[in-house]
Amino acid sequence: MSQAAILHADPAETPLTPESWGKLGMWIFLAGDAMSFGGLIAAYAALRIGTPTWPVPAKVLGIQLTALMTFLLICSSVTMVKALSAIRHGNRAGLTKFLSLTILGGLLFLGMQAYEWHHLIVEQGMAIQNNLFDATFFILTGFHGCHVTGGVLYLSVVLSKGLAGKYSASNYNGVELVGLYWHFVDLVWILIFTFVYLI
Amino acid sequence: MTDAHAEPNYMAIFWWLAALTAVEIGVIYLPIVKLVIVILLVGLAISKAALVAMYFMHLKFEKRSLALIALSPVGLCILLTFALLPDLAHLLGP
Repeated sequence: MSQAAILHADPAETPLTPESWGKLGMWIFLAGDAMSFGGLIAAYAALRIGTPTWPVPAKVLGIQLTALMTFLLICSSVTMVKALSAIRHGNRAGLTKFLSLTILGGLLFLGMQAYEWHHLIVEQGMAIQNNLFDATFFILTGFHGCHVTGGVLYLSVVLSKGLAGKYSASNYNGVELVGLYWHFVDLVWILIFTFVYLI
Repeated sequence: MTDAHAEPNYMAIFWWLAALTAVEIGVIYLPIVKLVIVILLVGLAISKAALVAMYFMHLKFEKRSLALIALSPVGLCILLTFALLPDLAHLLGP
């Protein structure tokens, strides 16, 4: 293949760069993590179908607060893409502002989840050892909450590196990778909200 | 990094996601058969997840190999769900 042909080769055929190795690694991790959530949701579906007296989730759990939590995560996904867009244009102040807002969204989500769990445990007497409904609820939302916590920590590390001037218009791979993780957390919540709260 | 492409209209995606969430909440109160509600809710959830993956995670603009990696768990999870069904067959039908 001539030099000109190599330069104009299909992007799919070009060798991986250090940046795209990072992205490939993150996608493989997310695919594995998706299998973890997929396994839990499939088990939830099997247990629910196999239990004739499953309560109506919306009546037991309430959906007003979780609808707000869903909206909050969608908002934090928007601030995350805005953060990436800002640094791609060399706007470090925008990166700091939008990453901070994304972290705030994650913290608010965790605060609301803590409030919800406290309400369900203390006032409604729900407990993981009570029955399958309670157990699957706490395991699924708890596993997702751990991911949100990890995401907030990960975002904080990226924010501190951003404040130290480590990212620029030509070097934003770290921001893109944390964005992939954060959007994945949002995507999984969309499914949990439907399967655990609405159906 | 993401290949050079025009940035999607992120606010339009946001409004779509917000609107679909509002529709989901409305659907659960519809006076129709439960099975139809379930099908509608699953369809809405898949639509929202696809919007996040395609536009916020930029999967629409990535190489096909990354899209295949991202979609592989979906197929495996569907397979897993159907693999569990025989154990529930006695509960599902006569």
